[in-house]
Amino acid sequence: MTTAALATPVLRTRKLTKRFGGFTAVNGVTLDIAPGSRQALIGPNGAGKTTLINLLTGILRPTDGRISLDDDDITHLPADKRVHRGLVRTFQINTLFPALTPLQAASLAISEREALGNVWWRTLRSCSWVADEAHALLKQFNLAQYAHVDTAEMPYGKQRLLEIVLALAARPRILLLDEPAAGVPEDESGELFEVIAGLPREMTVLFIEHDMDLVFRFAQRISVLVAGAVLVEGTPAEIAADPQVRAAYLGNSRV
Amino acid sequence: MTKLNLNPRQIVALEVVFWLALASTYFLLPEKLVLITQIMITGLFAIALDIALGYAGILTVGHAAFFGIGAYLAGLLAKYGWGEPFSGLVLALGVCAVLGYMLSYLIVRGSDLTRLMITIGVCVLFFELANRLTPITGGADGLQGVDMWPVLGQFRFDLWGKTAFIYTFCIVLLMFLAVRLMLKSPFGLVLRGIHDNRRRMLAIGSPVAARLRLAYCFSAAIAGVAGALLAQTTQFVGLEMLSFNRSAEILIILILGGTGRLYGGLIGALLYMTVHDFFSDFDPKFWQFWLGIFLILVVMIGRGGVLGVLSRVFKVREQRL
Amino acid sequence: MGIVIFDGLAYGMLLFLIGVGLSITMGLMNFVNLAHGAFAMVGGYVAALAMSRLQVPFVASLALAFISAAVVGALLEFVFFRRLYRAHPLDHVLLSIGIVFVFVAGGTYLFGPTMQPFTAPEWLRGQISLLGMDAGAYRLFLIVVGFVVLAALLLLINKTRYGAMVRAAVDNQRVAAGLGVRVDRLFFLTFSFGCGLAGLGGALGLGMLGLDPSFPLKYMIYFLIVVCVGGAGTIVGPFVAAVLVGIVDVGGKYYIPELGAFLIYVFMVVVLLVRPHGLIPKKGLV
Repeated sequence: MTTAALATPVLRTRKLTKRFGGFTAVNGVTLDIAPGSRQALIGPNGAGKTTLINLLTGILRPTDGRISLDDDDITHLPADKRVHRGLVRTFQINTLFPALTPLQAASLAISEREALGNVWWRTLRSCSWVADEAHALLKQFNLAQYAHVDTAEMPYGKQRLLEIVLALAARPRILLLDEPAAGVPEDESGELFEVIAGLPREMTVLFIEHDMDLVFRFAQRISVLVAGAVLVEGTPAEIAADPQVRAAYLGNSRV
Repeated sequence: MTKLNLNPRQIVALEVVFWLALASTYFLLPEKLVLITQIMITGLFAIALDIALGYAGILTVGHAAFFGIGAYLAGLLAKYGWGEPFSGLVLALGVCAVLGYMLSYLIVRGSDLTRLMITIGVCVLFFELANRLTPITGGADGLQGVDMWPVLGQFRFDLWGKTAFIYTFCIVLLMFLAVRLMLKSPFGLVLRGIHDNRRRMLAIGSPVAARLRLAYCFSAAIAGVAGALLAQTTQFVGLEMLSFNRSAEILIILILGGTGRLYGGLIGALLYMTVHDFFSDFDPKFWQFWLGIFLILVVMIGRGGVLGVLSRVFKVREQRL
Repeated sequence: MGIVIFDGLAYGMLLFLIGVGLSITMGLMNFVNLAHGAFAMVGGYVAALAMSRLQVPFVASLALAFISAAVVGALLEFVFFRRLYRAHPLDHVLLSIGIVFVFVAGGTYLFGPTMQPFTAPEWLRGQISLLGMDAGAYRLFLIVVGFVVLAALLLLINKTRYGAMVRAAVDNQRVAAGLGVRVDRLFFLTFSFGCGLAGLGGALGLGMLGLDPSFPLKYMIYFLIVVCVGGAGTIVGPFVAAVLVGIVDVGGKYYIPELGAFLIYVFMVVVLLVRPHGLIPKKGLV
């Protein structure tokens, strides 16, 4: 067992369940995510992975079960407050601000983080440190040339990158990436991978992915979700060798 | 079609020209002062509605509630002994802000339909209330005896409307500048963000409902000031200031000028009231009929009002952050 | 008290008849139609004129009212409404306000601003002794018609293929279309039918609600209350809401005349606060 696994989990769920009428999307999921770990959540389509993320971030209310962050029960905490506690997500389908520029979007994220969101009595320009940080952030992730371009006009791979950058602007302690590589063409995915690899060691990262390259490269632990429940958990090697997982998901082509 | 580029400095220049031209009507159109004063007040009301509708995305056909309440507050204050003009404005602003904030809790939950219903319902409710409380409000006859003291102790409200014009111009310009500041503030960007992608706003930690409530509160406060201005400059408050018809009318005016654009309300008011004044000799039913036709055409054909059309011709390069 | 409930019930039936079409189209087409009262107005004027100028018998006039309102509704749906189903609710609001203005102004031009006179037919005049009260015969007729229409609509919705298609489309339009439901034809038929019912309500309401060109504006809020409080997209919801509104309004005006119409609006705001989706929400069309 690694030291990461022995430390107190930063994010835990206990028997988290979500039912929509007669359909159970998430079924009694119990997860312990260690601080600083890189954990992947894989599973076939419709297994409930995005629903789980929606529950963790507060977009959906659980039917049953609990979620705790640093030992605090956040099951009923509103979505925006979770972000302020450091729990931030990205979306599988780009959920950006089409009519705003990346600079404006980043400034928004920074403003809200700095509790400037309801400041109406001074211009944003006069809060120059916001734009400065936004510029720096975009520069760090090679998006500086798009700073003043409408988001809708950026190439898809760059938008996907912006998706992560916006999340990082909120200074997360725990980052939930929902299929970060989804739809990104081969030649643009390298940059994305580098960004994910370059995330700070102290940041806890939970990511949903179908791209097995990404999963086996970055994950220290993998949880396999099938039909809303955790089938098995373990290191990449254990998962790759597990016959149940093979049957349910991987097929016979992988590792 | 390639758009013509306008940089931010040119825009500011245009703005200055606009306000100077407006001010100059004092000298150029002295017989139309009353009309222009009313245009400015209506423009302010439309701007207030725009904050709720164009920026916060709250569909309301009941905004006359705040306009009317502001009017009655200012009118009653003056009638019952305190005719100092600015006090009336402050009272209207404060009360409508509080009322708007309280109502905003109802408004930001529920679907578009529920929201619409509540806004219409509240407006009609206040209308009925004013109608019933005849001893206080004057009921269907309206509130009379609104005795205004001179502005700053010096300038009497004269019969030609000169004081009223200057007073209104200053207040409207002041409120306009406040709104302009607000739209350039972090809060203003937040409103745009909510408009653009609400889910994303939640995901970056924005308490969306709270922000929308604040916007509605502003919208109500400014509408109240507009109503107070009307009461003070006409020295009369009528029931129709609280009516559904007034709410529908201001909505039409805003649509005409263009929502979500700072000058939409003012342009709309200018156009609408000038045309209305022109046709005012005709039968009022005639006006209503053609207004209806116009609305139908606007929806089926035109998009975005006057400023919307202009925006397809001119591209404004935004002020760099 | 009994007579208040009785009168309130009759009044509620009228609101139901006019409002139910609005409920279905709002629930079905997600179209905010503030002009619904205009169809009631059409039916009312047609019936009034048929009876007074052309000596058409009462029941036949009612049928004419239904048909004419349905035709006008069909026309408007075909020319205007159907192009806006996917548009922003603001567009719906503006279009319907425009239509209301045109109808109100047009009505004033054609018929003058005064209330249309109405005399009930012979067989519906006078009182009938019912449960120890002297109940107006016409009001009783209204209540009976109301229940008959309710029953007929429930039968239609629950037991016919057409009704099943409507229920499916209300529940999930895309899937229904995918299953072969001709959604555009369904909308057209349903909208016209709803307008016809409104026309019928308008004609029946000549005596009780009155009819002048400002009818759509005067009563708009009542129809919207019925639909919103009852829950758009259902039949039973508006029925319950209409009856409640009718009784509360009549009762309010009777017992606390100083408050009068005011009570209804308070009632609406309170209900919407507690149940923002109406008393009987959409997913259960019943």
